[in-house]
Amino acid sequence: MIAVYIIIGVVVILLLFFAGTYNSLVRLRNGVKNAWAQIDVQLKRRHDLIPNLMETVKGYMKHERETLEAVTNARNLAQKAIGTGVGAQSKAEAGLSGALSRLLAVVENYPDLKANQNFLALQEELTSTENKISFSRQFYNDSVLNYNNKTHMFPSNIIAGMTGFKAGEFFEVTVAEERVAPKVSFT
Amino acid sequence: MWEQIRSNRIRSVILVVAMAALLLLIGYFLGVAFMDNGIGGLLIAFAIWAVMNLIAFFQGDSILLAISRARKIKRDDYPRLYNIVEEMKIASGLEKMPDIYIIDDTALNAFATGRDPKRASIAVTSGLLQKLTRDELQGVVGHEISHIKNRDVLLMALCSVLLGTIVILAWYVTRLLFFGSLFGGRRSSSSGGGQAQLIILAGGIVLMILAPIIAQFIYFAISRKREYLADASSALYTRYPEGLASALEKIAGSTTQLKSANQASAPMYIINPFRKKGRAATDLTSTHPPISERIRILRSMAGGASFADYDNAFRNVHQGGRGIISASAVASTGTIGLRAAEPEAVQGEPEIGKVERSREVSDLMWRLNNYKTITCDCGTKLKVPPNIKKPSVKCPHCSRINKL
Repeated sequence: MIAVYIIIGVVVILLLFFAGTYNSLVRLRNGVKNAWAQIDVQLKRRHDLIPNLMETVKGYMKHERETLEAVTNARNLAQKAIGTGVGAQSKAEAGLSGALSRLLAVVENYPDLKANQNFLALQEELTSTENKISFSRQFYNDSVLNYNNKTHMFPSNIIAGMTGFKAGEFFEVTVAEERVAPKVSFT
Repeated sequence: MWEQIRSNRIRSVILVVAMAALLLLIGYFLGVAFMDNGIGGLLIAFAIWAVMNLIAFFQGDSILLAISRARKIKRDDYPRLYNIVEEMKIASGLEKMPDIYIIDDTALNAFATGRDPKRASIAVTSGLLQKLTRDELQGVVGHEISHIKNRDVLLMALCSVLLGTIVILAWYVTRLLFFGSLFGGRRSSSSGGGQAQLIILAGGIVLMILAPIIAQFIYFAISRKREYLADASSALYTRYPEGLASALEKIAGSTTQLKSANQASAPMYIINPFRKKGRAATDLTSTHPPISERIRILRSMAGGASFADYDNAFRNVHQGGRGIISASAVASTGTIGLRAAEPEAVQGEPEIGKVERSREVSDLMWRLNNYKTITCDCGTKLKVPPNIKKPSVKCPHCSRINKL
């Protein structure tokens, strides 16, 4: 009789352990998905800021039509690239970053523009959005690291293997331009 | 990081339980001494503690913000501060954006409050906004966000309530005992077992004297460890420990004291608001680790921004010995690189800061020349020269008559 109780006890403990580990794996995997979605939120914010920036800048920078057009085109490309896969999207975003930093380098030649209140407010927004993009990528990688640790470490790796939890992919900056965070410098 | 939070939680729970046991012991003794019923006293102590806890849990953050005279701000009021808090919210993966408060004070300080990460607030002084660069402010906000993320805020609130209850009870009991024995008003003196009574009484007196001190040590132990962990997390979130280091340097260098802080709210701030000028707070009774040491640890994080790097730096500064971060947390973080400084090094919230600063200076100049300042109902500040003879003065803006 005692043996039966012991067996029941062991089975219950095993089941509880299984359920707990499974749930925490699900939680971590959802965390990774959510962190990825956050990157998109910030990228979209950058897209939304650009028309504003163009509106403020174009009156001052009549002789920089090419630079301005490059930014607008890069933005349109980046918007089309949404949902076409990680590789294509990050390439388009890198193009946008490059075009933006070229524009902002040219701003140096326009002291009137640098004194414009609207432009100063946009400067803060752009700086912060670039930061938010890199922080959301950073948090995505932190979440993936956590999730991967759980799927690889004993004993949770057994349950991860049984229920088909695969290791997550790190966000790696592949384009050389993207690796260097765009310097949004107006001063 | 998550490992670290869990291992910290277990240790904190042990310390909190120890403090609670101390409180119940006092209650029991209180019961034995005054009601001939230990359990009754125990229940009373528990009830007092529970009521105070409920208040702290549901009203603690609003009480703290009110006594600090903090006002809530919106995104448009201080766009840069708002953005920095949002950046750190993203980096830490906090679910909800905390409320942001400003304390109008030239002192440099900041704190976080709120019972859980979903209902949290961050308060900074206006002096901090004016004096720090973007990177430095980011470091400070990262430190405060990690207090929220690690649930330090709730823990410290519970601990300070426990500590407060213990101190108050012990204080009253020693007074009661003293007068009780002085006037011989103890009922049990007629009953038997006098010797046992005496032993309990003596033990009780020792307990009453020691309990507040022990409780305080436990409290400081919890709070100091939390400060180190928050520094490490800030470096991890910002990937730029130099930001927090140079912010701490500026904060330590400032001699202005925060007017609205008190003993109860002191541990909540990023540095102790009551530190004396030029005194290194190295003693055990400080709620915060010495600031120079925190700066040195952050500055020695040469290799990267992970917990492992912070732990190594901590060990270097302390010349070997145990690290501050649990081994499992160090093992679970990979290599994490540092980032470069922000290109701009502009201080202050762009427009607002400059205006406020020049106002402050001009007000000071007026006061130095013995001018009286009267604030009219329309908001204009009237500067009245010291040699004026008239009983009243007309406001140049709205023509109201202001009495002198």
